Amino acid sequence: MSIALYRVDDRLIHGQVVVGWGQPLGLGFIVLVDDAVRASAWEQDLYRMGVPTGVEVIFASVAEAARGLEAWQQDPRVGLMLTGDIGSMARLAAASPAVHRINIGGVHHRPGRAEHLRYVYLTEEEVTALRELAARGLDIFAQDVPTARAVPFKEFA
Amino acid sequence: MSEPLRGVVVTHAGLAQSLVAAVVAITGVADALVPVSNDGCDTGALSARIAAAVGREPAVLFVDLPGGSCFTGAVRAARVQSQVAVVSGVNLAMLLDFVFHRDVTPAAAAQRAADAGAKAIRIPAA
Repeated sequence: MSIALYRVDDRLIHGQVVVGWGQPLGLGFIVLVDDAVRASAWEQDLYRMGVPTGVEVIFASVAEAARGLEAWQQDPRVGLMLTGDIGSMARLAAASPAVHRINIGGVHHRPGRAEHLRYVYLTEEEVTALRELAARGLDIFAQDVPTARAVPFKEFA
Repeated sequence: MSEPLRGVVVTHAGLAQSLVAAVVAITGVADALVPVSNDGCDTGALSARIAAAVGREPAVLFVDLPGGSCFTGAVRAARVQSQVAVVSGVNLAMLLDFVFHRDVTPAAAAQRAADAGAKAIRIPAA
């Protein structure tokens, strides 16, 4: 399977993704799934600046990502799929059984969210969405960087 | 320029606070730099922190990595505030030079700081 990690991270492409995960995984490509970024060439240029030479960044809307998943699974390079919110990842998981294990990498504080871990704050709606994914058999875990312990969903929500 | 430029240091974890503390300890200049950490911030929260630190005056933003949340937040701030320049790869040498050369435009200060920071990288033993 060429996509090694399906990650929810509201900072999208940043140090933990490119260095923390990118180095040990030997990333060859990142699929950044975000409807707003997909619509902005300026935002895409900004995110490309943070990625090392040799790592391709593919920008996709949620609908495009759902259609492209099968092809990316065949890619011989190691890939990482990234969304900025739980809802987008839930939509991808509903569209494809390839999304079977979801890494909650960073969902930070906003009004209406409660702290579950230092780097995971969730609304009641987000907890419910994750519970529904877990009930369908998906493996949900929180882990900001590879050297940290992977916290199973039942331990943080 | 009526007021000397302000520098805003935007970094991961506690690096900005430590760099600013080191500059104050070495120079005694305590009003030139403001530290901003990305700790606990999503994209929107970090942008708000940077905007609050910059205010309405011309400024130079110093960020640690040439990519990532601090970098993207700083470049977004510069996009909406024309008198803001951004330098990546912040180090102590560039900040020490900056605090004594702030009566110029943000672009000129950013270039000078980048040059000073680059000159400080040497290999005196190998």
